[in-house]
Amino acid sequence: MNDIIVHGLEWTSKDLFTYPNEFIYWSIQIVMYPYMTGLVAGAFVLSSLYHVFDQKDLKEIARFSLVFSLALLPVAAMPLLLHLQQPLRAMHPLMTPHFTSAISAFGIVFLTYALIVISEVWFVYRRHFVEQVKELAGEKGFGLRMKRNIFQILTLGAMDIEPEFLAKDKKAVRILAGIGIPVACFLHGYAGFIFGSVKANALWMSPLMPVIFIMSAVVSGIALCMLTYIIIMEYKKLKAVMAKGMGDESVQVIRGAEMEVISKSSRYLMSFLVAAISLEILDLIFRGYTAMKSWDILRSVMYGKDFVNIFILQYGLGNLVPFIILVLPGRTLRRVTLATVLILFGVFMMRWNVVIGGQAFSLSFSGFMHYHLPIIPHSLETFKEGLGGVLLVLSTPYILFYFINKFTPSLGGQREG
Amino acid sequence: MKCSRRNFLQKSIYGALAVTLPLTAFKILSPGEAAAALKESNLRWAFLVDTRKCVGCGLCVKACKNENEIPYDTPVTRTWVERYVVTRDGKTRIDSPNGARDGFTSPEMLGEKIDEKEITKAFFVPKLCNHCATPACVQVCPVGATYQAPDGAVLVDRTWCIGCGYCIMACPYGVRFFHPVHKVAEKCTFCYHRISKGMQAACVQACPFGVRQMGNIKDPDDPVTKIIMSERVGVLKDEYGTKPHVFYLGLDERVR
Repeated sequence: MNDIIVHGLEWTSKDLFTYPNEFIYWSIQIVMYPYMTGLVAGAFVLSSLYHVFDQKDLKEIARFSLVFSLALLPVAAMPLLLHLQQPLRAMHPLMTPHFTSAISAFGIVFLTYALIVISEVWFVYRRHFVEQVKELAGEKGFGLRMKRNIFQILTLGAMDIEPEFLAKDKKAVRILAGIGIPVACFLHGYAGFIFGSVKANALWMSPLMPVIFIMSAVVSGIALCMLTYIIIMEYKKLKAVMAKGMGDESVQVIRGAEMEVISKSSRYLMSFLVAAISLEILDLIFRGYTAMKSWDILRSVMYGKDFVNIFILQYGLGNLVPFIILVLPGRTLRRVTLATVLILFGVFMMRWNVVIGGQAFSLSFSGFMHYHLPIIPHSLETFKEGLGGVLLVLSTPYILFYFINKFTPSLGGQREG
Repeated sequence: MKCSRRNFLQKSIYGALAVTLPLTAFKILSPGEAAAALKESNLRWAFLVDTRKCVGCGLCVKACKNENEIPYDTPVTRTWVERYVVTRDGKTRIDSPNGARDGFTSPEMLGEKIDEKEITKAFFVPKLCNHCATPACVQVCPVGATYQAPDGAVLVDRTWCIGCGYCIMACPYGVRFFHPVHKVAEKCTFCYHRISKGMQAACVQACPFGVRQMGNIKDPDDPVTKIIMSERVGVLKDEYGTKPHVFYLGLDERVR
């Protein structure tokens, strides 16, 4: 308990003059936090495009992205928990919120959003729950009885599935999805505000930050949903091929449906990508043009030591290349897959360049700090705020999705949503 | 009474609202009400640093670390001293080896040897928490664990800090860090445990040259207040609007 650990010393190296107390205090988990919230918000917005604006072309992926955003939801708060020096006090902001702080309302916004997502999933799947209860009615086995009991609890006692009640469900879904869009944007724009309002940090302080965060959130969310969808459909296709052979009709059906969903989603992906990049470039140009006191050090970070991270990896490989891939005619599944992977990488690099880049220079504007991600953990801290923690956060949504999807199947797609 | 599902849900929502209401009611205070609740204090601590007298011995840093139990061999410190060396080519070199805990024992700066003849001016600048009138750190604390006492001192409640680090990010002066043992935000308190008992802050007492002084800026007869009111003093980074309360005599424009 009483080990002497200087937080940040482990992974920070300094260059020229920095104040003695300056370290990279906000490390990899704070990169993960906006990244994961962004994925949640983006996945939800994608599903809402269908539920609210009736974008019929998104019907297939909407159901999946809704359930997936439910699986991502707990993971958005996980990096914060791994980052806190006093994780056992994580609930304090709910008990004594200090509302002048941008992060005091996180719990409130997050829980509001969670309630909306959970209720929307419930309304979408209520019919399924009821049908399962009825289907499993006469079963004898212990497992099946348990399963029926769980479904029974999930129905919350609302067993009516006559058309008029289902119509009410549908209306509720539409209303919830409608409220959900601004709340999802708020949840994420709010993450942007947390950074944008830090006046001491020359790189972060910008009123554009919340909007930039929302746009890139939607981009990453759509990309992740598309990628996961492709992977799962490919797996299904492989299973069909194994079972029935290459030329079987069902294989062709899966292939056709998959491509259709993907090419329609990628249209939305591209438009949000353009919006995100435009805002980021605007921010950059504005900083250069106004050239405030901090510009000298910002320029040396952006065009100097972080050049590869920002211009090659983020803008080039993460934005420009996938954009060209998506724009070029004759889209294939393989190319779209590559594009979504690159976009996810690009958004991750954007978060990295904001969070780590914002701490790459000293508050004295006279020195630099470098971040070295702990790869092999040798203490709890280097695990939590190292590669181990990252992998934990990245894998959790898939594990959760596996279990949630057992009760809310989102990948079949025959039923009316 | 019939308890239908609708009824039950409705009542649950009312119940939940009723439970949360008293909590929120406690919190929503207009700034005027809040100010009225805190009685106007006739004490406001201010710090005065005479940079012209500082020789960079580092006794203040040493005293502070011992007094406030900051592990001695860690690089973090509540107060530190910076050395500025300006050469004929217009360059400024700054360093603060180990926060100047052991003073400045080498003429080398950041591994660079500087020709004495090239130096046009050189000076030392002690730094500590500015106990700002509008502290950014207090504004951003999500739980109110860091707060400002009526006498202006900005303090941290170690039992309530969640260790998010937002205050560390928000401070433009880099005075905050995580305590290596307690794992909560840590900063200079003006030695609150001493000054509130009529003693001097550890660094003030340790300084052999009278560089550091403290006083009550609301008392016009206080010797420190007299200097601040009659001499030309400067503060650090006033562009952030934090209204710092550590005043400097002989502050150079190159000081960051």
